[in-house]
Amino acid sequence: MNRKARSIMSKLLTNIVIIVIGFAMLYPVLWLFSASFKVPNTIFGDAGLIPKAFTWDNYAKGWKGIGIYSFGTFFKNSFVISLLCVAANALFCSLTAYAFARLDFVGKKVWFAVMLVTMMLPGHVTTIPRYVLFNTFGWINTFLPFVVPRILATDAFFIFLLVQFIRGLPRELDESAVMDGCNKLTVYWRILMPLTVPALITTVLFTFLWTWDDFFNQLLYLTRPELFTVPLGLRLFLDSSGISSWGSLFAMSVLSLIPCFVLFLSLQKYFVRGIATTGIKG
Amino acid sequence: MSNANYRKRKLKDNLSSYAFLLPWLVGFFALTVYPMIYSLYLSFTQYSITAPPIWVGLQNYRVMFFGTERIPRDERFLNSLAVTFRFVFISVPLKLAFALLVAMIMNRKLRLIGLYRAVYYIPTLLGGSVAIAVLWRRLFAGDGIINIILRGIGWANPPSWISNPDYALSTLIILAVWQFGSPMIIFLAGLQNIPKEYYEASSIDGAGRVRQFFSITLPGLSPIILFNFIMQMTSGFQAFTQAFIISGGNGGPLDSTMFYSLYLYLKGWGFSEMGYASAMAWVLLVIIASLTAIAFKVSGGLVSYGSGE
Repeated sequence: MNRKARSIMSKLLTNIVIIVIGFAMLYPVLWLFSASFKVPNTIFGDAGLIPKAFTWDNYAKGWKGIGIYSFGTFFKNSFVISLLCVAANALFCSLTAYAFARLDFVGKKVWFAVMLVTMMLPGHVTTIPRYVLFNTFGWINTFLPFVVPRILATDAFFIFLLVQFIRGLPRELDESAVMDGCNKLTVYWRILMPLTVPALITTVLFTFLWTWDDFFNQLLYLTRPELFTVPLGLRLFLDSSGISSWGSLFAMSVLSLIPCFVLFLSLQKYFVRGIATTGIKG
Repeated sequence: MSNANYRKRKLKDNLSSYAFLLPWLVGFFALTVYPMIYSLYLSFTQYSITAPPIWVGLQNYRVMFFGTERIPRDERFLNSLAVTFRFVFISVPLKLAFALLVAMIMNRKLRLIGLYRAVYYIPTLLGGSVAIAVLWRRLFAGDGIINIILRGIGWANPPSWISNPDYALSTLIILAVWQFGSPMIIFLAGLQNIPKEYYEASSIDGAGRVRQFFSITLPGLSPIILFNFIMQMTSGFQAFTQAFIISGGNGGPLDSTMFYSLYLYLKGWGFSEMGYASAMAWVLLVIIASLTAIAFKVSGGLVSYGSGE
């Protein structure tokens, strides 16, 4: 066998290995997807991926939810919280990042170092006092405990990501804008903000993903069913329904994964860039 | 005169810059500094949120590790610490090993690399959700799909994973290892930065694949391995959702999946012992900080940052 043929063979083998392992990894998700279309009493005995009898019933039944609250309510709440957090993070993290990357002020180095330290801080030490604080404000069972911390730019990871990105942009751009009479706010809003879009997309994606999946905080702050989000709705469903409704539970689980999945598939390269540049966890 | 003018302008410039920093500064003091001081204070108290905190000195910390004259040592706490350590120090090395292995397989010119990377990232993308935890609980149940497959390949009597205290934690470890996408992507980026010439030169010198792995790949990736290890360890210690859903919220069976965060949640919100939970949060902070410091120290001789970097 000549060298070329050998290299083709080895490439083919690599591809096969990757596909086989990849399929094994995706199997649980594929099974979930297929189970959501199976007739409930055939779900558990069947490890196959193609439903023998296909039904939409699980979706119809699941969507009705528990009691008077349908999954429509839970999805609406999840979307409202996630979109508010996304908007707040995109705006306020980038404002902060602009200050760190481009403006000069007394104490900048110290504040920047402090910001980096907060990035490494495990969330648990602030969880209880924040809960006590928000409780005294009467913010339990509102969306404020999720949105206000984003308005106050507490997700230092995104500030860091945006600072790195802005530092890579040529300074001549904002210097010439200042020469033309732009003030700091217009430089940020008209010059830098539009150029930061790739990093902003990464910020938006991860904020959405983390907020959508943030079971812990939602469990703490939302106790009234009409305010429940999708993760809380799924948990309620899991606890209050018997064996008979696994099909519906799976159907709603599939629906709950779709927003993240669609975002990921459509904006994949921003995900990869975000992980590769800052190492944030997906 | 012009000097005063300059100073005035400088001050104005500083103030307008600080205006941009204001939201973050407020957040830093109101939602990080103040809560940290307050939770340190609470950790020395007995506090149930409905009544004012009562100062108890070191009692919470003593109960955790030694017990006091009146209160016996909190064995459930020590157990949760042990469970969490086991979880972190089994799942993180396995996860990094898989991530590195797959990254190395993928590290060549493949036409479908984008697709492959995406497929391998999907478990990480979805794995933190309640939906996947629900799925896991079903997959590893006694009559679940995993056991059907295991029986199919000849294991006559597989355990019922979720409800067996000897095996329940292993399902959570598998779930964590399954999500190796982020470190894999980081490794892949790191592998592409190792100059190809190193491999070419060493193979001319007669080095085999194994030799190359230990003398080129591992040293080249060492800062990234350290970074991945610290990131995964930190998040591993804080894992919550999966254990909560899979155990039904109680860390069972027999506290075998009682993660640290889950016990903290139960103490703080289940039993309304916010002072004790605050002390637990501080102990966790100290553990994570020390382990990070140790990781840096131990790796000091092993990690090479290359020349000129």
